[in-house]
Amino acid sequence: MADIAFLALAVITIGSAIAALEMRSLIYGSIALMGTLGGVAGFFFLLDAPFVALFQIAVYVGSIAVLILFTVMLVKRELIFKKIEDPRRKFAGIGLMLVMMLALGAVFIDSGIKTITTDEPPVNFRDIGADFVMYYWPALILMGLILAGSVTGALVLARREDVENERTN
Amino acid sequence: MSELIDFTLVSVALLGIGIYGLAVKRNFIRMLFAIEIIINAANLNLVAFGRFLPHSGGQTLALFSIAIAAAEVAVGLSLIIVAYRMYHNVDIADFRSLKG
Repeated sequence: MADIAFLALAVITIGSAIAALEMRSLIYGSIALMGTLGGVAGFFFLLDAPFVALFQIAVYVGSIAVLILFTVMLVKRELIFKKIEDPRRKFAGIGLMLVMMLALGAVFIDSGIKTITTDEPPVNFRDIGADFVMYYWPALILMGLILAGSVTGALVLARREDVENERTN
Repeated sequence: MSELIDFTLVSVALLGIGIYGLAVKRNFIRMLFAIEIIINAANLNLVAFGRFLPHSGGQTLALFSIAIAAAEVAVGLSLIIVAYRMYHNVDIADFRSLKG
């Protein structure tokens, strides 16, 4: 059965995911998003994957969340506190969410996943390293190129100075 | 230790919340939050199945996915900055210059 650490992490993760979307202030929202990402890192620890968990903390909580916070700070003050959403769509969205959760949850509970248990030792992180350099090395190089390309593209996009004029023309 | 089904159900809940955010919110930054939540649900599933099979492929793919998500967020945030400079707003209903 689920133990206490799992339940606490589930409450933190799901609660702060809802808070990230529903809090009035975008700054508190992005701090709540940090809670979700940290909670998922906690799940990775529970799943005996400390390497992925630390990677998640370093990349998501350490850099992406801080990047989002800085972008939020660039936005005008009244936009940070204004809730922009379609009131008509809100109930439809909640309905969609509930239907999705119930349908997918029913499928998973009904399937054979429930019977899967394991007594085997967790995957050693040496196997992950071996996977990376022996089997997935072309993908690793490609990923490095994609990262470099996207970061360069992001910098070029953010540094463009002619965009302000385009609307007035 | 918790079972595989528990982790799967948490990830289903996160996916549902993310889809709700994408469907309802019109704030560009909030939609990015929703996308992040969905990506994390997918990563959680990958690692959970990798632990219970057990196979190292789950963690390897999760690491790839985290790195690509970092690139996606960088591009998304720079798009937000450009759009904000053009329209002085973060409401996606205002971003209509491609609408013809």
